Amino acid sequence: MIRPGKMIKQVLQSLFMKPATLLYPFKKSPMPEHFRGEIIFHPELCIGCQMCVRDCPSRAIKIKKTEDNKFEAEIDLGKCIYCAQCVMSCPKKALESTKEFELAVLDKSKLKIIFSADPKKSSDSQKTP
Amino acid sequence: MPPEKGLKMRKVVIPIGPQHPALKEPESFNVTLSGERIMAFSARLGYNHRGIEKACEERTYVQDVYLVERICGICSHTHSTSFTQAVEELAALDVPKRALYIRVIIGELERIHSHLLWLGIAGHEVGFDTLLMYSWRDREVVMDILAELTGNRVNYGINVIGGVKRDLEGHHIKDISKAVDTLEERTKYYIDIATKETTLIQRLSGVGKLPHEDALSLGATGPTARASNVARDIRQDDPYAVYSELGFRIVTDNHNDVYGRTLVRLGELMETYRLIRAAVNNLPEGPIAVKAPRKIPEGEVFSRYEAPRGENVHYIKSNGTDKPERVKVRAPTLANVQTVARMLEDEQLADLPIVIAAIDPCFSCTDRMITVKDPDDSNPRGIIKWDDIRSYSIGLYRSRGVDFSLLNKKLAEKLKC
Repeated sequence: MIRPGKMIKQVLQSLFMKPATLLYPFKKSPMPEHFRGEIIFHPELCIGCQMCVRDCPSRAIKIKKTEDNKFEAEIDLGKCIYCAQCVMSCPKKALESTKEFELAVLDKSKLKIIFSADPKKSSDSQKTP
Repeated sequence: MPPEKGLKMRKVVIPIGPQHPALKEPESFNVTLSGERIMAFSARLGYNHRGIEKACEERTYVQDVYLVERICGICSHTHSTSFTQAVEELAALDVPKRALYIRVIIGELERIHSHLLWLGIAGHEVGFDTLLMYSWRDREVVMDILAELTGNRVNYGINVIGGVKRDLEGHHIKDISKAVDTLEERTKYYIDIATKETTLIQRLSGVGKLPHEDALSLGATGPTARASNVARDIRQDDPYAVYSELGFRIVTDNHNDVYGRTLVRLGELMETYRLIRAAVNNLPEGPIAVKAPRKIPEGEVFSRYEAPRGENVHYIKSNGTDKPERVKVRAPTLANVQTVARMLEDEQLADLPIVIAAIDPCFSCTDRMITVKDPDDSNPRGIIKWDDIRSYSIGLYRSRGVDFSLLNKKLAEKLKC
């Protein structure tokens, strides 16, 4: 039967339903298992093969040699598109995707993160797990 | 109501866009009106050009997969699948069956999210915002599943050349079946609304008519064509991945109007649920990717994919290096945008938003290179220097009565100070 107000029952029902939204940032929904968030670098595992640098679509990662067998990574989060291709390309699993997604900053220079082989120098030492 | 005979209205041309509060993306429409009736309609694209094709030529095939994925935010999987399919054909890779099944599952889940999004937008454009709220709430179910399977809600990044990145596990399959059951129930409810709710039927029926012959001659694709009873779907006409094994049924409708397009999309949702169930039940065991070479052999390839909006085409020319020589993308909106002018002939101005929305346009996908043809044909290769383009545009605007030379002088003086 064709009649107007087909949805009225549903509309009235939803008056007594819980809201579909979450009270972010007080309540956070958990990130999915394979979530591709901020990339972190483990300097002790890096062999300096530069595969991540070659495969990065947005040229956001740089690997520099500081000493013999010691490498530091500079990741520009402003350029990163969080595709995690570098994590896939890395043969030694020196790069890792985290579930961190709240990456907004007021100062643009803070988007450049240096993971130094020397833990004292690292600009991101407090974030590294 | 059509105006009475003998009553002559002055023609008014209304430019809509490129920057307009009602438009979600920058595009420009010129509507010639006589009273409330639309006499002529023209669309101009090109305000969202991002140079992706050129950027693809500067990057390797591995990087390009992520770049083409970002052509569209809604149907990103269609672009990356289309691109990887093409490269795999060039490299003669034997992609594992399991990978193809996973691609189909993700592609069909994406179709659900795109069609539910469209249903909400269509509801919003006709002032039925309740439908927008409900269909977008249900869209969250499929978005959550996509995030669970691939990691992210949009730009899934699941495709790599030679297969897929992530495997489906037992609990994923359970989640998919559960979500599909919920969504099927909800879609049945929407079909019930679409066929019984008088306000929706009366608002959409007879609006944006595109007769069968016009749909064929204008080359419409996707639900736009299928609503004009054109049984054309790449999944059946030229099956890619594993669609030939799943048994696909084309959904068509002969309403030829926006109402028909709504029914086609809702019908396609039901077909999509069936396809996902079939794919999940027949999922073969095995590896999910083969190793792809970095250098792709020389050749040309043309890859077709049925995106939620219509046929998506990728053309790739390889020169034997690790970077493509040419990448060309034809998004479905480019094929459908011409039909809008036909649909709007003799329609009311108030129907313009829903008629444009009914083709499910994605203008940023559509904006590709513009070829400037030399009228004298003295330059057969079509290469125009920067200075020539500048003098051409100055001449063009002068002929229209716009002269920037005074403005330029003022600007130069200001800059000196």
